[in-house]
Amino acid sequence: MSIILDKVNYIYSQGTAYESHALRDVNLQIGDGEFIGVIGHTGSGKSTLIQHLNGLLKATSGGIYYNGRDIYEEDYNRKELRSKVGLVFQYPEHQLFESTIFEDVCFGPKNLGLSKKEAELRAFAALRSIGLPEEYWYQSPFELSGGQKRRVAIAGVLAMKPEVLILDEPTAGLDPKGRDEILQQAAAMHQESNMTVLLVSHSMEDVAEYVGRIIVMNQGSVMMDGAPKEVFGHYQELEEVGLAAPQVAYLMHELKQHGLPIDTGATTLEEAQASILQVFSGRGRNQQQGTKQEML
Amino acid sequence: MNFIEARKLVHEYFRRDEEGNVEGILTALDGVDLQVKPGEFVAVLGHNGSGKSTLAKHLNVLLRASEGTLWIDGKDAMDEEYLWDIRRSAGMVFQNPDNQLIASVVEEDVAFGPENIGVPTDEIWKRVEKSLSSVGMLKYRAHSPNKLSGGQKQRVAIAGVMAMEPKCIVLDEPTAMLDPNGRREVLEAVETLNREKGVTVIFITHYMEEVIRADRVYVMDHGKVVMQGTPRQVFSQAEALKSYRLDVPQITLLAYELRKAGLDVPEGILTREELVESLCRLY
Amino acid sequence: MIRDITIGQYYPSDSIIHRLDPRVKLMGTLVYVLSLFIFRGVPGFLAVTAGLVFFIRCSKVPFGYMVKGLKAIAVILVITAAFNLFLTPGEPLVSFWKFKITQQGLKSAGFMVVRLAYLVLGSSVLTLATTPNQLTDGMEKSLRPLNKIGIPVHEVSMIMSIALRFIPILVEETDKIMKAQLARGADFESGNLIKRAKSMVPLLVPLFISAFRRANDLAMAMEARCYNGGAGRTKMKPLKYARRDGAAYLLIAGYFAAVLSLRIWL
Repeated sequence: MSIILDKVNYIYSQGTAYESHALRDVNLQIGDGEFIGVIGHTGSGKSTLIQHLNGLLKATSGGIYYNGRDIYEEDYNRKELRSKVGLVFQYPEHQLFESTIFEDVCFGPKNLGLSKKEAELRAFAALRSIGLPEEYWYQSPFELSGGQKRRVAIAGVLAMKPEVLILDEPTAGLDPKGRDEILQQAAAMHQESNMTVLLVSHSMEDVAEYVGRIIVMNQGSVMMDGAPKEVFGHYQELEEVGLAAPQVAYLMHELKQHGLPIDTGATTLEEAQASILQVFSGRGRNQQQGTKQEML
Repeated sequence: MNFIEARKLVHEYFRRDEEGNVEGILTALDGVDLQVKPGEFVAVLGHNGSGKSTLAKHLNVLLRASEGTLWIDGKDAMDEEYLWDIRRSAGMVFQNPDNQLIASVVEEDVAFGPENIGVPTDEIWKRVEKSLSSVGMLKYRAHSPNKLSGGQKQRVAIAGVMAMEPKCIVLDEPTAMLDPNGRREVLEAVETLNREKGVTVIFITHYMEEVIRADRVYVMDHGKVVMQGTPRQVFSQAEALKSYRLDVPQITLLAYELRKAGLDVPEGILTREELVESLCRLY
Repeated sequence: MIRDITIGQYYPSDSIIHRLDPRVKLMGTLVYVLSLFIFRGVPGFLAVTAGLVFFIRCSKVPFGYMVKGLKAIAVILVITAAFNLFLTPGEPLVSFWKFKITQQGLKSAGFMVVRLAYLVLGSSVLTLATTPNQLTDGMEKSLRPLNKIGIPVHEVSMIMSIALRFIPILVEETDKIMKAQLARGADFESGNLIKRAKSMVPLLVPLFISAFRRANDLAMAMEARCYNGGAGRTKMKPLKYARRDGAAYLLIAGYFAAVLSLRIWL
């Protein structure tokens, strides 16, 4: 399972005064079971990019291949593509409309033409996977809390059994606990069912914590693409385009500048803690060596 | 005298069935005490549904308490007579940037408040100019709000409140819907108003990083104030904050973990500079 | 698609028409619309055409941009033309199967299409060259006498200006919800009429909920900024007549007199 983007360009409102080049020659390969963070400031093209992956937007030029097949081919089933590449938009709770949570989650599978029974089975599974207690299932979705609503909306996409799950800023507006719950769920899904997950986020701390690869978008192009350590190592370049590295990454660099012999690669809290503790546990030995040298 | 003096504030929402009988009672505020001195920057933290927004709406008398007393700028908020006075002296900025701008041109939106309170035309022009420049948005005065970024829209909303020349602004999660750059813009604008114009600020948020420079922090949970103190005092209690569905800034958490692991870093570290300094001193 | 509609959207410029008092423009539009219904014959047609061309040139809005607004009503134009063309009794010019085209039909179809198209173009000069706020201010002030008979003029104009502010926001929101439901496999395009109507539910329900939420938020924000109805309000940009407004009134009167006299004497 893979998605390949070959020289994808997208131009909004082509031929009018509002014309804007949203994607420029984007080449990407997204492999099976990856957990990818997509970062970039507002207007960098990341939302446009993810809408290409499930065929909602059609590239002005260039090709997109899903599992080796050109999705722009005449007889390609793009409706099926939308179910295989599940896209959860920002503030997805705004798309809830049915009178019960359960019916709302059934909406996607029903649209795929599944039988009522099969659709309901999938809804059960999806609701269970987001951990919403069963007593809520037949209530109106509008009575849930913000975080719960959002999880129900995500279940609505999961019920289509996507192979790839794209989350566009899934934590926007949530409190810290709600944020952690959603991110942990995404990580669990990635691990348990080997789903490919794309996480679009503004929080460098969250991205560093969860993903294995980061794609940095800037002015419609892929500016960087690599492991978190690599990408955040270029923190100065990130800053130039209005982004930043996680706080701890800066901390490591500052400690190094102050003369601590520290590994600057840490991007998560755990890594930072480990490298700081290592410096301090090693210090005893260094001092001993120092005194030895003095004796000699 | 305190600018805001709230004692044992209780707010109950009644849930009614179709016939109008009370089905259940939700206590959104449960005996809240809040004192804010003129010129202070007070942050209110709390998870979604902790009652912090309900509290904010009381400070602008958009809601009235079921029990307790609330005095704002020396006026009793329970007294209908002072309603408009209080709304003038304690302005309010809301979460959604789109849903609080009324006019289709930035300067006309800023003028909306002064127009409502009957400020003469010449004076409106002066106030609009002054308040737009105080949030750095003067050059967008003729723009449509629809073309602005989230952070810019919120700054226009702040200017709209400033144009009424309030003594205090209450901001109810003004950054919740913004990206990091927008959040920074808004916070900086508010801090500048507080520092340079002496405006009292009540800043409601659940982004921990935004309250580091506040004078005092209140933490709310289930309609009660559960913690209060300086940011340093509050953030030194990482475990307690977690139990209220909150968090501490990443650097504070790291310092906390290092301390737990046996390093002698001080409690309640707030910034990167502080942590670097204390680690270098230890080394 | 929805974004292409130019009716009601302001086109920024500093033309003489843009600078006129909105009351003048409202009156002018009213008079122009009236003239479209009273003109008769080719001389009258020439007069209203000259008037339209003059107004458009003065407004400095590109003609192509204005004509785009006609696209939205193209269907209505075609239907009107067809009705007049085929259903007007008289001397048949051409006839085939059950249809016949009469000379009178041809004439009335032509005039109907001109009337409608000019009506849309004429009134879009008003909306293209006047900000929504000026427009509502102008209406509020022009209609103020209606206050005496209990019509809440201020409230109505406030509602209009807010509606204009939120139209682009709701259009964008519609687009967003539509995409979100498409991503869940929704299909807005295929099937018969009933099926299509049903398929709008997942779009309309969230849209209404969002509109209500916005309305609620906005009402609160207005209250917080001391909005308390029209009484005692001052204005940042009060309407004041300038000399050019007087001249414009004269011009409008002259135009109307010309069209009227063409109708009476020719």
